[in-house]
Amino acid sequence: MIRLKNVHKAFGNNAVLNGVDLHVPKGESMVIIGGSGTGKSVTLKCILGLVKPDIGTITVADKDIKDGDRDALLSRFGMLFQGGALFDSMPVWQNIAFRLVQSGVSTDEARALAIEKLRRVGLKPDVADRFPAELSGGMQKRVGLARAIAADPEIIFFDEPTTGLDPIMAGVINDLIREIVVEMGATAMTITHDMSSVRAIADRVAMLHDGTIKWTGTVTEMDTTGDPYVHQFINGLSEGPIAAIR
Amino acid sequence: MIRSATLLLGSTGRAVLNAIGAIGAVALFAAQTIGQIARPPFYWREFVSACITIGYFSLPVVGLTALFTGGALALQIYAGGARFNAEAVVPSIVAIGMVRELGPVLGGLMVAARVASSIAAEIGTMKVTEQIDALVTLSTNPMKYLTVPRVLAATLTVPVLVLIGDIIGIMGGYLVGTSRLGFNAAAYLQNTADFLEFWDIASGLVKGAVFGFIVALMGCYFGMTSGRGAQGVGAATKAAVVAASVLILAANYILTEAFFTA
Repeated sequence: MIRLKNVHKAFGNNAVLNGVDLHVPKGESMVIIGGSGTGKSVTLKCILGLVKPDIGTITVADKDIKDGDRDALLSRFGMLFQGGALFDSMPVWQNIAFRLVQSGVSTDEARALAIEKLRRVGLKPDVADRFPAELSGGMQKRVGLARAIAADPEIIFFDEPTTGLDPIMAGVINDLIREIVVEMGATAMTITHDMSSVRAIADRVAMLHDGTIKWTGTVTEMDTTGDPYVHQFINGLSEGPIAAIR
Repeated sequence: MIRSATLLLGSTGRAVLNAIGAIGAVALFAAQTIGQIARPPFYWREFVSACITIGYFSLPVVGLTALFTGGALALQIYAGGARFNAEAVVPSIVAIGMVRELGPVLGGLMVAARVASSIAAEIGTMKVTEQIDALVTLSTNPMKYLTVPRVLAATLTVPVLVLIGDIIGIMGGYLVGTSRLGFNAAAYLQNTADFLEFWDIASGLVKGAVFGFIVALMGCYFGMTSGRGAQGVGAATKAAVVAASVLILAANYILTEAFFTA
């Protein structure tokens, strides 16, 4: 479904991606792990076209993302941003139904769908008329999730879905993501350094370090692999090939 | 000595190149904005909201500025005119001064302070909180959704603000002229009407449209190119106000040359 071949990206002298090769088959939930500043977010942004790779090709359903109608391509995606990225000038229901309203769906229909999606992520309908600033961090994540799934996308990206949440709320969000991805049959890509998220969400895991994929495998393989990068990362060791101070 | 000279030349060269680069980037942004105006979709709701925020809510500050400026102008012209027995020119000079220069320039500067800063802060915050990236992933062009409605709204509403400011400014001169300087009310108004020409008013309105375009464009440009964090948004806001103010004054000179010296 999604394939990255030899993707490079540098910002000035700072090379962030140094030849990323990755394949995410249709319907699979891929989680990319790696330390801060290793290029996880840039990888997702390259696929979405928010950042233009310097070298390399990215294909979605065997079509190069540079070719064809970009809006049509993006309509296949849903994205949960790290900080929610909810539009603070509009109420929750308009955030969730944003794409639908822009595509000409009537206000009543869009609002009803937004409330349905709110229920799906465990929020009550009265949240619909509140503004994002009035919600807790966990509620904002749920609203962000509702917005990501509002148009029933084929591909969903989750950027650090549990950052800033307490462990219980993080568990709730992880379970919700897993349920929704399975229920929708969507292809999912998640970037995180929260190992509880990895174990709850992933079909397969990819380890990104120094702008390249160092290892890929299933969650079970991750626990037993002898790869020094993965071993150091999942066990939170300060000694190993990944420098503790970067 | 040679090393110091080289360093000085190097830093001067870098500053010049950066300045040229910035001018090019702003010009490109302006061209992209204009290019997007005619292309669908047009976000009417955003446009109406921007008209209210930029135009309607700027009325008090523009009105008060015009009122006090008109009054002060009447006092100054009366005092200056008294030196060569020309006190009678107060109504006509107040009117011409307000509609040609002070109405558009001071109105533009007040709108720059109020609107360029708020647009830059709003869009800058949207950028650093990834709301602009979110717009893109929701198949919405940020230039069309954020920039075009604001630039168009400012270009259309600032001339209206200038017109209202002109009327209030002339009224300020009238109030001071009749209450403090001993002018006859009817004669003051008659004098104002007699000497004011259509082009005096129209040129001020054209200036207002140009200044409105500059204000919103600077707010949007610096918001869209804002750096990270609170510091980045603060710097973008300051840069938007400074750039809008300087460009308004520069554009005012160029337009005055074009309108009145041909």
